[in-house]
Amino acid sequence: MGLLSSSVSITRYKVEGRLPEPIIETVAAGLKKNTLIDVDDETVESAIGWTSVDTPFKPNFEGSSFVVGPHFFFSMRMDKKNISSKIVKKMCTQQMAKKLVESGREYLSREEKKQIKDAVIHALTLRVPATPNVYDLIWKYEDAELWFFSHQKAANEALEILFSKSFKLTLIRLFPFTAAMLTAGLSEAELDSLSFLTPTSFTE
Amino acid sequence: MLDVAVAYNRYKFIGFEFLTWLWFTIENDQAYLKKLQEDLASLDLGNRVVLENRQSEAMETVTIKGDDAGLEEGRLALKKGAVVTEMNLLFKFGDQKWQFSLKGESLGVANLKTPDAGPVESRDDLEGAMLEKTYLYDKAMNFVYLIFYDFIKHRISKDWHHQIVPQIRKWIAV
Repeated sequence: MGLLSSSVSITRYKVEGRLPEPIIETVAAGLKKNTLIDVDDETVESAIGWTSVDTPFKPNFEGSSFVVGPHFFFSMRMDKKNISSKIVKKMCTQQMAKKLVESGREYLSREEKKQIKDAVIHALTLRVPATPNVYDLIWKYEDAELWFFSHQKAANEALEILFSKSFKLTLIRLFPFTAAMLTAGLSEAELDSLSFLTPTSFTE
Repeated sequence: MLDVAVAYNRYKFIGFEFLTWLWFTIENDQAYLKKLQEDLASLDLGNRVVLENRQSEAMETVTIKGDDAGLEEGRLALKKGAVVTEMNLLFKFGDQKWQFSLKGESLGVANLKTPDAGPVESRDDLEGAMLEKTYLYDKAMNFVYLIFYDFIKHRISKDWHHQIVPQIRKWIAV
């Protein structure tokens, strides 16, 4: 479990908006609706969805299993099938050679080559298992705050989209400007000053 | 509010100035930090500092790493106009230790190591460990933001240019 690792990276978000009551049931519904669906035996190349923090390869959002103390704990899983372009090239070459022998021709048309490549990728997509990446998160609902245990750009962007789709709430990443603007408790006058800041030179 | 991506890039200097000010404060005013967080035993620079100088045409990056690395090169980079973009920090509450890297532009906490949580042998242990770890992460995150919020109030006050920046300049020039 990533969040119990000896070393973690955390991206902090502010959650904008509130869920309709009953909260736990609303969260469970959003999680179930967007639970990760295994694509190992499918022709799909990738999948993104929610999974359980303690059983990431067997998602279960029944009851309140994702509620621990005052917080919600769950994970985002991104599965991707990595198909080597070298394997695609090798299999395409073999299939094209076979087709040339069978047809007795010297060349294949561009359309025939494309059909062979599509068929090879289709077959490989069915055979190659997806590589899973699991990213834990803690949603501190009462504090309108969420911690995501990754700094990876692609994972953070996927989280923002999936979260919005699942719960109809917006995640705002907290970096210096947004943290100052939204969570530092600044007055109106201070917020105005913040917008007009320009870099300081520490050398004379 | 501005578009988030635009704001991220336009104001990333705030995070760099925060880390530069923090280095100055760690070296010169531990009492101030302890006043912010009463149970703080110590806050020190850890084993990595990254500085960038964006004043010249080609951006220069200086990375100092290693447990016993001297910071002279970092101070020299500051003299030439660099700012701190990333910093490893080590702080203690009582006899417990936290260590992590803090990135200026994102305030992202990386490689966070906390005191150990209890062992996990059952479902109940797991829930206990999750809550304990959350508490330990909270301690680090709250402390970082507590310092940042205090910094930002200074940064937008008149004190910044009239009092704080001259002190930092003096420290850099030594």
